[in-house]
Amino acid sequence: MTASLAILRDTTRFISRGGVFAWAGLFLLAAIVAMAAFAPLIAPYDPLAQDIVNRLLPPSSEFWLGTDSYGRDVLSRIIYGARVSLFVGLVSILVAMTLGTALGVISGYVGGRFDAFVMALVDLMLSFPSLLLGMLVAAVLGASIENLIIAIAVTEIAPFVRLARAPTLMLKEQEFVQAARSMGCTHQRIMRVHILPNLIADILVMGSLWMATAIRTEASLSFIGLGVKPPTATWGGMIREGFENILEAWWLAVFPSVFVFLTVLALNLLGDGLRDATDPKLRQRD
Amino acid sequence: MQYALKRILLGLPTLLAMFTAIFVIIRVVPGDAAAVILGDQASSAALDALRLELGLDRPLSQQYLGFLGGLLHGDLGTSLVTKRPVLEEALRVLPNTLELAAASILVGLALGLPLGIYAAIHRNAWPDYVGRLFSLIGLSLPAFVSGILLLLAFAIQLRWFPVIGTSANAGPWDRFLGVALPALNLGIIMSAYVARVTRSSMLATLGEDFVRTARAKGIGPTAVALRHVLANSLLPIITVVGLYFGTLIGNAVLTEIVFNRPGLGRLILGALNTRDYTLLQGLMIIFASFVVLANVFTDLAYAAVDPRIRNA
Repeated sequence: MTASLAILRDTTRFISRGGVFAWAGLFLLAAIVAMAAFAPLIAPYDPLAQDIVNRLLPPSSEFWLGTDSYGRDVLSRIIYGARVSLFVGLVSILVAMTLGTALGVISGYVGGRFDAFVMALVDLMLSFPSLLLGMLVAAVLGASIENLIIAIAVTEIAPFVRLARAPTLMLKEQEFVQAARSMGCTHQRIMRVHILPNLIADILVMGSLWMATAIRTEASLSFIGLGVKPPTATWGGMIREGFENILEAWWLAVFPSVFVFLTVLALNLLGDGLRDATDPKLRQRD
Repeated sequence: MQYALKRILLGLPTLLAMFTAIFVIIRVVPGDAAAVILGDQASSAALDALRLELGLDRPLSQQYLGFLGGLLHGDLGTSLVTKRPVLEEALRVLPNTLELAAASILVGLALGLPLGIYAAIHRNAWPDYVGRLFSLIGLSLPAFVSGILLLLAFAIQLRWFPVIGTSANAGPWDRFLGVALPALNLGIIMSAYVARVTRSSMLATLGEDFVRTARAKGIGPTAVALRHVLANSLLPIITVVGLYFGTLIGNAVLTEIVFNRPGLGRLILGALNTRDYTLLQGLMIIFASFVVLANVFTDLAYAAVDPRIRNA
């Protein structure tokens, strides 16, 4: 109990160091996550229920954010769409983070030709436009939620390899690593127990920033038509449909756009604040 | 000059690696590419014909050599849909995309540099906070979201700009009106990146001894900020602008789709919708070449602003 309280206190202190921006981001994000989690309780209508009589209605007291061309309630679709955006964003960043960190630690630890090869590959991936890479992968694999996750994860592995490799190069020369090796630790154990815990804070902070990019990419790919297939409600897909009716029904594209923006902004605010909190150079000035 | 030549030659292996990567990705299509393109209902004769046309009946190594050989001759293949050379299709709309990219880089620098400089000088005061918030908002806006909002506000509601992209034979004023809104869209997003790196780079330089010396000599704050601080903060700014080029290409694709501008972006959307794999492959190769070219220019720009790099 006291241990978990201590963790809570440390976390609060850590976020506070990130300042107003970090707190604002955290609250905004919590609100969006809660909206997604309690979607069935909050949503006023079924997100898939079509009602041809009430199609393309502007926002009113009955339909707060209006209805789309099938008469579906826009607010309910946005609430359910949050689930897809957050799920795809979270899973793809977890995949990219896990694979990228593992590859970065191994590459830095092993060194030599393997390291040179991995870094050449990473540089190549970093210089290719990530949205185009995502488009290429998604187009080649075909539209489905799994392929969308793969496409986004592929575009975001490279930065994590870099981020994990640099400190590994430094850490593997430290005395505690040498000591562990002389005590007979396997390389695998050294990487897992002695090196990884030293990088994990930076990786997680970067993770929140890159999850913002992941959600932006998901919305972009869905907008192009490479996302989850209709009728599932997704923000990018809703914007795509709304854009086709932009001259007669502005609300269809605008409201999901606002939610994409707020979610990405929340993650950026949080990640930006946390990065300031972990940067010792910035900490000194306070 | 020698440096420039060396740098250009260094770009070639990167280019080759990128082309190879594109070739590999296009060919890992699960199953049969011909079946993916034609759909489930295609007859086996049609499938065979398409395989022959795509060269899929040949061994992979031969396909790869043929692909590279074609590139050397400037042959990017033939579009599966229009049956015209991919290069011809791309060159037809390329000026539109280049015009948009150049205009948005201008807007991005014109907005971002002053904003970053101002924020750095007034660190931790309200202009700094406003600037940081602006940057975060810019970084959080997907290009198609800001594009749709600009389109709704200025083209559909206020009618200041045309809703439909300008035609090829429009006069200079109409051309300007046509490019203004998309360039503003891309420029605002880019200015967020520029402002951010300008601020942090200026802050790092502001602490240097030569800045204090310049101030002690009685040089005015504006002259110190521009001639001493900014001039020595340019390298990270150039790096970010160079790296941003890749993001700019992605955002330009989205912006061209939103503003219905003819360009490489709309071409790529068409290729995706019609499963025109040779067109898709050719366009990716063109984009990759531009990215490598931008990297070379970035390095040449380093040398231009910093004599230490030029003479190294």
